Amino acid sequence: MKRTLPICIFSLAMFSLVACVQTIPKEALQLTKESFELRQLQTRSYDTAHEKKLLVAGAGVLQDLGYNIDESETKLGVIVGSKDRDATEAGQVAGAILIAALGGGSVPIDKNQKIRASIITYPTGKKTTKLRVTFQRIVWNTQGQVSKTQSIEDPLIYQDFFNKLSKAVFLEANEI
Amino acid sequence: MKKYTYMAFACIVLAGCQTTSMDQVMETSGSQVQTRQIQTRAFDTTNNTKTLRTIIATLQDLGFVIDKADDELGTVSGTKLDGYSLRMTVTVRPRGKKQTLIRANATYNVTPVVDPQPYQQFFTALQKSMFLTAHEVD
Repeated sequence: MKRTLPICIFSLAMFSLVACVQTIPKEALQLTKESFELRQLQTRSYDTAHEKKLLVAGAGVLQDLGYNIDESETKLGVIVGSKDRDATEAGQVAGAILIAALGGGSVPIDKNQKIRASIITYPTGKKTTKLRVTFQRIVWNTQGQVSKTQSIEDPLIYQDFFNKLSKAVFLEANEI
Repeated sequence: MKKYTYMAFACIVLAGCQTTSMDQVMETSGSQVQTRQIQTRAFDTTNNTKTLRTIIATLQDLGFVIDKADDELGTVSGTKLDGYSLRMTVTVRPRGKKQTLIRANATYNVTPVVDPQPYQQFFTALQKSMFLTAHEVD
């Protein structure tokens, strides 16, 4: 016992020291094969030289989806938007009820989320412009702690966005 | 008696993390010169807007969502969320008549990134998109 106590305290001290230093994951700023797959998923090319019109159509889709525009820089083809929404999921609620019923006390569940989107356009030729959109979200639980921080990589979400964008480009071209 | 010594030691180690949190306001992670050297590269171009657009595209490739961009000032900021939060600001300014200086600084959650390697990785990715070589700056 006499011997273990100092070891315990020492390891506790080391642990608290380590807790102070956070290091960035090695792959955080590295291009991978996946980065290029994501680029394809998040980009579409349009047969237009009107970069600004395409950007406006993109902003329109964000508004259609309930986003508020946070930032924009037309000269660089940038629009940034976000929305705060409910993040409650039925499965988590059911799980929390089950744990409470078994006497496990209250378990925090996801409550709110902030979804962010950035739309970037760039001319790629004399008559073509590319548009890339990226989404991410932060989720907070019922205790106000961040429970998830993630990039959204679901192909269906991006397909849906570009369908809506095609529609918006059509509507705006026809001034509807 | 020994027990208290160890406890005191543990407390000192804990306190070693930070004394006053307000010190963070003017906190630097290294010498000003060294920090700039790690974070800056020179590119042989004078096209500011094109450089900024390439930086934005590279950040998107790396999984960032753009927070803001300013063509006139020459700045771009973005955030990457992947179980962590990585915030990055990249600035562009002319250097002489033939070059552009690009400086990036990153924050991982609540800690500044001081390791040269992530910056090197960023500039490697950037020079691929720029089709130009990143020169180290003295």
